[in-house]
Amino acid sequence: MKTYYDPEDLKKFGKIGEFQKSMADKFFNYYGEVFQEGALTAREKSLIALAVAHAIQCPYCIDAYTVDTMEKGCDEEQMMEAVHVAAAIRGGASLVHSTQMMNKVKEISM
Amino acid sequence: MKSLKAQQHPLSKIEYELEVLDAPIKGISFADKLAESDLFPLKPTQIDVLQINMGKMCNQVCKHCHVDAGPDRKEIMTRETMQHCLEVIKNGKIKSVDLTGGAPEMNPEFRWFIEEIRKISFDIQIIVRCNLTIILANPKYHDLPEFYRKNKIEVVSSLPYFTAVKTDSQRGDGVFEKSIKALKMLNEVGYGMENSDLVLNLVYNPSGAFLPAAQEGLELEFKKRLKNGYEIEFNSLFTITNLPISRFLEYLLRSENYDNYMEKLLEAYNPVAASNVMCRNTISVGWDGYLYDCDFNQMLELKVDAPSSQHISEWNQQSLLEREIILKQHCFGCTAGAGSSCGGATA
Repeated sequence: MKTYYDPEDLKKFGKIGEFQKSMADKFFNYYGEVFQEGALTAREKSLIALAVAHAIQCPYCIDAYTVDTMEKGCDEEQMMEAVHVAAAIRGGASLVHSTQMMNKVKEISM
Repeated sequence: MKSLKAQQHPLSKIEYELEVLDAPIKGISFADKLAESDLFPLKPTQIDVLQINMGKMCNQVCKHCHVDAGPDRKEIMTRETMQHCLEVIKNGKIKSVDLTGGAPEMNPEFRWFIEEIRKISFDIQIIVRCNLTIILANPKYHDLPEFYRKNKIEVVSSLPYFTAVKTDSQRGDGVFEKSIKALKMLNEVGYGMENSDLVLNLVYNPSGAFLPAAQEGLELEFKKRLKNGYEIEFNSLFTITNLPISRFLEYLLRSENYDNYMEKLLEAYNPVAASNVMCRNTISVGWDGYLYDCDFNQMLELKVDAPSSQHISEWNQQSLLEREIILKQHCFGCTAGAGSSCGGATA
């Protein structure tokens, strides 16, 4: 069955330069540098990436960073806590807007 | 859980296992990759390490075991074969004797053999690959930490993770708790402790179809978690890649992870790791005395390509040094990423 998302397409990510090489090269150089050890460890960056992958709901990124976090020595509990961070921010982002709703309610209420 | 052999599983037949492993990955063989790195044919550099499989009997049945070891395996090294090993050790060129199994301690001649090696020299490094739970398995093993201490044994033990869930899922129910108790017993006699020369190293290997984490970072994490959670100390952590043979191969095929895992190993090929593979300075001795390039080739029954020196009783140093190391697709496991050996990362 054909679907919009095919796990095999993840392996083709590196080939996006076929249509626009210089931008792809710049992107992948930048991408590689971002995930190197720095002020944050590669392990911490991988957990952030896993959380962001869930926040933006990218199936390719979720597959890629599930494997990557495991290959960085993280366990399931740590990985799920990272996803909860994403969920808390997403949920919080909705809820914090309720202050706007509350403001409006108060503005138009007697 | 029974061994693949006891289950009469198709993968317990070496011919079938080799048939699976003979298929190139994306049309590329391990020999092709070595040729790209100017390492083909792969030759030994020296023979420093004699790794001896004392037998396939074990008190555990780990899901990833490349030996297919377990309580139902009866293959065990005899004293006569050990005497041949001692002759080779007496020649004085071996720097390290690495005892493995199964659980090597289950061989009734285990202690005799170690004491005989120590009569030859107290300087030779002796490593025992101890699965930890054996120390608690029977009262006759409770004094093993003291025996190791007296004989200046370097203990190397598998602990796949610092949590019970992940350890037990790979090594069996209750293994983590028993391993922690055994580690405490080793610490108590001085193993792994600061200002002690008794070495206790741990081994991490992934609990599934993925590569190990970087050794240095994971070692820090293990040290922190084992110290804070259980007051356990150890020296170094070795990260080891699971090689696609025996039970781990069975898992890869059953879970349909085989192709992706092999592609991952191929893509992570590292020429630096390739030049440092352990088979270049090691000879592996089977429980029956036959010689192999490594423990993995031993399990695949691929004897050394040195026709006049295929058994420990006919050891010929020159012939072994001149041989070509036998390569199959499982070798990609030793050259992926930071590399993998019985002593951990190699690059």
